[in-house]
Formats: sequence, C-alpha cells, structure tokens
Amino acid sequence: MGSVPFALALVCVAAALFAVGRWLNISYAFFAAYVVVQYIVLGTAWNILGGYTGYVNFGITAFFALGAYSSVVLYKLVPSLPLPIMMVVGGIVAGLVGLGTGYLTLRLRGVFFSIATLALAVVVQTLITNWDFVGGARGAYVLRPRVAPLIGGDYIQYLFLLMLGLCVIALTTARAIEHSALGYGFAAIRDDEGAAEASGVPTLRLKLIATVLSGGFMGMAGAPLPYYVTYLDPSSGFSLNYAVNAIAMPLIGGTSSWLGPVVGAVLVGGLQEYIRVTISSAVNVLVAGVLLVVFVVLAPEGIVGLFRRRRR
Amino acid sequence: MTPLLQISGLGKRFGGFTALQAIDLDVQEGERLGLIGPNGSGKSTLVNCICGTLRHDLGSVRFGGKPLDGLAAHQRTRGGLARSFQLPRPFGTLSLAENLRIPILYAVNARGEGGLAGPAIDARCRDLLAEVGLADKAHRLPRDLTQIEMRKLELARAMAAQPKLLFADEVMAGLSHAEIDEIIALLFRLNGQGVTVIMIEHIMRAVMQFSQRLAVLVAGRKIADGKPADVVRDAEVVRAYLGE
Repeated sequence: MGSVPFALALVCVAAALFAVGRWLNISYAFFAAYVVVQYIVLGTAWNILGGYTGYVNFGITAFFALGAYSSVVLYKLVPSLPLPIMMVVGGIVAGLVGLGTGYLTLRLRGVFFSIATLALAVVVQTLITNWDFVGGARGAYVLRPRVAPLIGGDYIQYLFLLMLGLCVIALTTARAIEHSALGYGFAAIRDDEGAAEASGVPTLRLKLIATVLSGGFMGMAGAPLPYYVTYLDPSSGFSLNYAVNAIAMPLIGGTSSWLGPVVGAVLVGGLQEYIRVTISSAVNVLVAGVLLVVFVVLAPEGIVGLFRRRRR
Repeated sequence: MTPLLQISGLGKRFGGFTALQAIDLDVQEGERLGLIGPNGSGKSTLVNCICGTLRHDLGSVRFGGKPLDGLAAHQRTRGGLARSFQLPRPFGTLSLAENLRIPILYAVNARGEGGLAGPAIDARCRDLLAEVGLADKAHRLPRDLTQIEMRKLELARAMAAQPKLLFADEVMAGLSHAEIDEIIALLFRLNGQGVTVIMIEHIMRAVMQFSQRLAVLVAGRKIADGKPADVVRDAEVVRAYLGE
C-alpha cells in the first residue's frame, strides 16, 4: 500500500473514532482517548529516533514541554491564535532544538547520547522554571474557550480531533520512512554506523533528520497540553510519566514498525486509564514499569515482533 | 597517466605508537595489487585511513587525482572507494538482500547517473548474492550465516557500491581451497570489468595467483614493492616473515 492510500485509511479510522465519540457524547471518553492518542504520537516520535536509528532519547519531556510552553507564550502574546498554528510553531521550536542538540550530541554513541538528552531535559526544565513570563515555578493558566471552534460541542472534542489529525500525520510519516531509502539508512545506522558510512550512508545528516522529525512531533504533541490541562506548571509539563510512557510504549509494542507504538500506546495507555479510574491514579505509573520489564526480558522485539516471528 | 590512488608520505599515530610511517604507494587504474605484512603491520590501518574510517596525521591521499583529505567516509565511498571489513560487520536486522540495498541506495544512486529504482534494485541484489553463492539465502538474516558466508556477504556489499577501487580485506580467511578459487575468480571478473583491486591477504597462494604487484608492510613501513616473484625473494621481506 502506498503512502496516500495508507493516510486515507488512517483518516477513515480516525473519522470513525471521532464519529463514535460524538455519538456517545461523553466528555470523559474524549479526555481519556486524547491521552492515548497523544501517547501514540509521542511513542511514534520517539521511535523515529530510538527505534529506527537506535539512538535512545531520554529527553522526551524537553521537546514535549517546549511545545507546550511555546503555546503558553503564544497564548500570552496573541490569545486568539488558532491552536493548529500553535502546534506548528511548537513543532518548529522543538524541531530546531532537536537539530541543535542533535548536532552537538550525535557524535556520542549509545548510553552517552542518552545521558546528554537527559541533561537536555534538566536544562530546559530549569530554564522554564526560572522564566517568569511563562509563569515560572508558579505555572500558567490558559483559559479554554467553552465551545469548540468549527465543529461545535465541547472544547475537548476539538483537542481530540487535532490530536487525531497529528496522529495520522505522524503515523503516515513513520510508515513512509520505513518504506523509503531513509528507512534503510536509519536501519543501517542502528545496526552498524561504521559499516553504514562505508556503504555511503551520510550518517550525521540522517541522524539530524531523525532528531528533527522526532523532536518536532514531540513538540507538536505537547502544544495542545496547556489547553488540555488549563493550568500548566513545570512539574506537570516535565512529568517523568511522559518520558517513561513514550519509551515504554514503543518497546512494548515493538520498535521495528509504525504499528508498535500504536499497539503499545493503546494497550498501556488504555490499561493505565482503566486502572486510574478503577484502582488508583498512582498505580497507573507502575503499569508501564512492570510491563516494560516483562517485555524487555521476555519479548525484546515487542508485541509486533512476537507476531512477526510466528509468521516467519 | 595519473595513478588512480596516490599515497604520499602517509603517517598515522595512535598516542605514542606509530602505526604508519611515510607510506608512499601509487596504484594504477585497473591494477591488481597485493598488500601483505605480518599481523599488526598496519595493513588495516592503511585501509582505514584511505577509506576515511580513520584520519591520517601526515601526508596526503589522492584518489582519481583529487585529494581525499577532509572527506567523510561516505563521501569517499560515493567517490568510488569500497572496502570489505576484515571482521564482518553486516547490518544485523536486515536481510542479506537488504544489506546490499544500502550501498545501492546510498552510494550508487547518490552518484546521480545510472541510479537504480524498484525492481532493478531487487534484481541487482539477487545477482550480487548469486555471484558470491548466497542467492538462496537472500531473505535470511546475517545471524543465520556462517563466518565464511559472512565474509562473502562483506565482499558482495562492497561490490554493490560499484567501486572504482575495491579493498578486499582478508575476505578469504577460513575459506576452503575450492572457495578461495571461487573468490579469486570473482575478483578477476571484477578486475576484468575495470575495477582496481587491492587484496589484503595472508593466504599466499591467493595473493601470488592474483596480484600483478605486491607491496609489503612491516611495522608501519613499506619495505618492498614490486613484482610478486621478486618481492617474496627479497631478503628484507624474508627476514620480516621468518626472522634472522
């Protein structure tokens, strides 16, 4: 299947999901589904760098929160700016930071790269916490319009629709990469960077493409966050949950294909939401941790990998 | 005629250890050069410096008349240099056919003219695997191969880049008599198509049969360079290999 039919199929699935939501008309369903779809985007974004090229990024919150806080800045400057534009700006900001950090850190390999990205998250969090314009440590309030623009109904429906749209774009991009020369180049880098260079792969340029795409999608996923939570402070924007989930979900689902992060996010995100409601909101973090350990030990290729192996 | 590869005064140090010292070597287009030397004499370091995996400290390397200094390894590969790795370094998660697809996509197609697309790439991968006798394993992963098959895959991957100059770094180690003959025949065929081949090898039978010229490295210096039959009788070479 080509990229265009694939994108159309995804749009159909997304439209069907949204139609079911509208028909049910339960606010909570939209709130819960938004989180799951947001994690599909985050997991897919992480997977472009972590799964395809093998560079494990621990600094997810840096990119995610940069998207969220660029929305806060834009909201303070131009409150009437449409959210899709904020998402694009958030994506550009995070993508540029991705380019910069990529250029500085991609000479590091393996665990050293991961530590550098972790440091990035700490640096960005410190900067934001000390930036008074966006509320600093106190946090910032964002007033959400009561009614959704264009589609009417609850504003959360609009947020969910935007996140669904972003998800379609992210998944189409990820799948297009897999089937392109870029995807083969990424795989070569993941398997053996020296041999990739010797085969003509411009490794640095490809890794920069991966960091920009990965960071950009994380930023775009973070941009609607201030409108979702209405009150954003550094400890929630930089919450460890985002980082843990964005890594755990692709690993549990399988890092080798676009489907992995989807399966992981739906499974883990759904389970977390279920447990948050039925047992406790504190236990839900445990879910990702336990599942991650189980999968890393028993099925390192994730759920998608398990099915692939059976088929071979 | 300008030589295809011109190395002059090449030097490389690792800390206090001099790995290569004042190496001068010219290789003409279409030539078959054998490069021998005891273990640790700097053969692979020389290949690494020419191919851009390592940066040399002194001297210069020119390929096709143009200096290679400052070019990254992938640019040199696109320029027509290809190498096999002494210890096979396959792309572990890709099938054999996909392993060969990488240099086709990134070296051959990056050159502009004569790029391949779609089914032509698949066909080329199949042909290359058939040439090294791995056609029936095209869709297997490298981990299913024996060490010897991996060496063949290394060679096929280097050939897939359609180089002007090929470094065959110990591709025959561990191969049987018949397999060595196969690889020699393959390298002769490549050479017949106009590819310059530098063979780095410990198996003297293969080197003597293949090379038009033989260069000997000992402890980072080139101590002999000439007709194979003369070089192996050279007193200094004999001393390096057999001792006083």
